[in-house]
Amino acid sequence: MTSRLHKRYIPRTVFIFLLLILFLVPFYLILNNSFRTTELFINSPFRLTNSLDPKNYASAYQKMKFLSGFLNSLLVTVTSVSVILLTASMSAHYLVRNPGKLSNVIFAILVASMIVPFQAVMIPLAKIYGSLDMYNHTWTLVFFYMGFGQAFAAFIFHGFIKGIPLELEEAALIDGCGKLKNYFKIVLPNLKPVMVTVLILDVLWIWNDYLLPSMVLLSPSLRTLPLSTYGFFTTYSVDYAPLMAGLVLTITPVIILYLLCQRQIIHGVVQGAIK
Amino acid sequence: MREKKFLKRSGYFLAFNGPTLFTFTCVLILPFVYGVYLTFTDWNAISDTYSFVGFQNYATVFTDKEFLRQFLITFKYVILSALLCNLLAFTLAYFLTSGMRCQNFLRGGFFIPNLIGGIILGYIWKFIFANVLTQVGKAFDIAWLKTSFLTNPDRAVWALIIVTVWQYAGYLMMIYIAGFVGIPKDVQEAADIDGAHGLKKLWRVTIPMMIPSFNICMFITLSRGFMAYDLNLSLTNGGPYGSTRLAAMHVYQKAFQSKQYGIGQAEAIVLFIVVAILSVTQLLINKRREVEI
Repeated sequence: MTSRLHKRYIPRTVFIFLLLILFLVPFYLILNNSFRTTELFINSPFRLTNSLDPKNYASAYQKMKFLSGFLNSLLVTVTSVSVILLTASMSAHYLVRNPGKLSNVIFAILVASMIVPFQAVMIPLAKIYGSLDMYNHTWTLVFFYMGFGQAFAAFIFHGFIKGIPLELEEAALIDGCGKLKNYFKIVLPNLKPVMVTVLILDVLWIWNDYLLPSMVLLSPSLRTLPLSTYGFFTTYSVDYAPLMAGLVLTITPVIILYLLCQRQIIHGVVQGAIK
Repeated sequence: MREKKFLKRSGYFLAFNGPTLFTFTCVLILPFVYGVYLTFTDWNAISDTYSFVGFQNYATVFTDKEFLRQFLITFKYVILSALLCNLLAFTLAYFLTSGMRCQNFLRGGFFIPNLIGGIILGYIWKFIFANVLTQVGKAFDIAWLKTSFLTNPDRAVWALIIVTVWQYAGYLMMIYIAGFVGIPKDVQEAADIDGAHGLKKLWRVTIPMMIPSFNICMFITLSRGFMAYDLNLSLTNGGPYGSTRLAAMHVYQKAFQSKQYGIGQAEAIVLFIVVAILSVTQLLINKRREVEI
């Protein structure tokens, strides 16, 4: 029975595997040709490289200022995401545990704001913060991400906190635990699964974001990775091989993260979409 | 005593909500309100003063042939990429929940493009459209592949659609998989006992149960499509001859390159209204379904 079942699956398995190969060919082409020369790439893009010469990588690493871009991206992503996680979860906790008109209004505004596309506030943001001379600072960017990240994070936390039994917190509060202490000692540890969901979604969003940082970070030394890649491509567009090495360098951190925690990432992304 | 209690309560409120409300208001609410106000002015960033012009900017937007043409291109891009993306994602999810070998490995593989930002994906595909596909066309003598998609105004939008489908198919597939897994076992067994198999079962039993997933995925693809910018910038940069300048890019160029901020902002508000209508429609459909069930 089982073998017959598996025979039935052979054609579709082959079909899906072929489709996957087709799906991943772009990555093969970039990786393979990042070790070859531009001329070889143009003449025979599919032929497997016969050397693992890192020269294109050295050139890309230096020209796109990879390290600086990577560190800037890391700084922006880590600070923005940690602040969003902390503030949004505290706010969501307050809104769930103190039901009333005020809480309802705040929550409704947060939820409604999620439909505003970035383009609708892009121009006024540039006008307001440009005239306040706040542009070209990493902290302004972090501040922006904090603002843009609140609504979605608070919404997800709100849904989760509603499901946590109140008894846990009541016991602590009766024992004379303050509101803040109660939050950090009792509530926060219980939020771990939903924290991971929001963390993953926000990391992917901020790490890959281009438009907002491109408006805020004007000096090359502040650039995050997507900006360094863009700068690299618009400045050196003749020699393809180092450009491909640059793409591989940029992709690698995310792929490593994905290989390490694939299950959590997929779970987080699906939960974020379904909620 | 009462004052002290009030202070304590406000302190509690501010400690928990202060940072959220402050950043959210500064970054989203104020700019949005101010943005709506700007659409009624002729501000151009160079002069310090600007005057109130009423609905003139909106009138300009709706009579601007260029904007309308580009809005139509955006519609074409959004609708085609949403349909193809959902079709592919649903097919993948259908096969990858049927119990074949290496299911998890395959799912993980299809998801990879979704991890990478639009700028990077655009550059990867720029090489493929410009250098690799043209090679394939020459090697196998396929006429339509010999010239690059990116240099042909009719086909450049298809380049955007192809990459968008590639980027989002794995993501939507995961949502559809969650939907398939969520179909109660007894419903499936009942269908099997009643003699519904293969396509008939898919059409009569599975697809109706999957409507919530369709709803989510359609909404994601449509709303992201209208806001697409990164991929557009790195893959085609609006070209050739402005044939792929999608709405979001048009807004950006109107404002930051032509310095027509009032008009650019009015276009942004039009974009907002389109996305808002989509969201509200989705919400209403969900509500109605909840009542039915």
